[in-house]
Amino acid sequence: MDARRRDVLKTGGGATLLAALTAVGWLKPGEALAQAPAWNKAAFEAKTIDEALKALGSAGPAQSKDIAFVSTPDIAENGAVVPVGVSSSMPKVESIAILIEKNPSPLTAVFAIPAGTEPTVTTRVKMGQSSNVYALVRSDGKVFVASKEIKVTLGGCGG
Amino acid sequence: MADPMKIRANAVGDATEVKVLMNHEMETGQRKDAQGKTVPAWFIQNVTAAWNGKTVLSAQWGPAISKNPFLSFKFKGGAKGDKVQVTWVDNKGETRTDEATIA
Repeated sequence: MDARRRDVLKTGGGATLLAALTAVGWLKPGEALAQAPAWNKAAFEAKTIDEALKALGSAGPAQSKDIAFVSTPDIAENGAVVPVGVSSSMPKVESIAILIEKNPSPLTAVFAIPAGTEPTVTTRVKMGQSSNVYALVRSDGKVFVASKEIKVTLGGCGG
Repeated sequence: MADPMKIRANAVGDATEVKVLMNHEMETGQRKDAQGKTVPAWFIQNVTAAWNGKTVLSAQWGPAISKNPFLSFKFKGGAKGDKVQVTWVDNKGETRTDEATIA
């Protein structure tokens, strides 16, 4: 009898919790999905830098000195966690993308920068091996790029 | 449901600096398990940050972002006490939203 009571408590408790969560608004299925911009599948699955650039509509970027890597190491000991920060002094930056040349899919991240947000983002990436890392900045309709070589002493893709 | 994010938002002059630490496996789809089977990809695809209902950053990510992703950025405006909301959506359709108060 005791065992059955436990079961009732468990199922009852679970259902109430779920209902309560929905009521408070913690669980809003669909809402967040609707807000987020579409994910550029072709660009993220591209196998080379050129393909990824084409899929992003950013082919033939110009080299620029106005893009800087901040808090990015020259040598990363652990390829699974490589800090990469990109900062640009250009005006009207619309987006920043990070590409890693020798990863299976070079395109790592694309950040859309709305007006009022500073063109500086920092994140951490995985690198399979030592490679050039490209920072792509779209500013006022034009595309600029800067690169930096990061040496990896331990691969980050389970190798 | 996924574990909560750690979000810190600090007012620096007339700007707000936001730092987010998310809890996510970020499987690349390249790794193999002990049986030699490929572990399916599972990673965050979209991240949006909003302040006062206005989007201050949106990002698309690939699987090459590190496990338990870190993200920091800065936007103009934001007063102490305002709320900053960060939402992510992964490739399985799972999503999580967390909120922090600007300090």
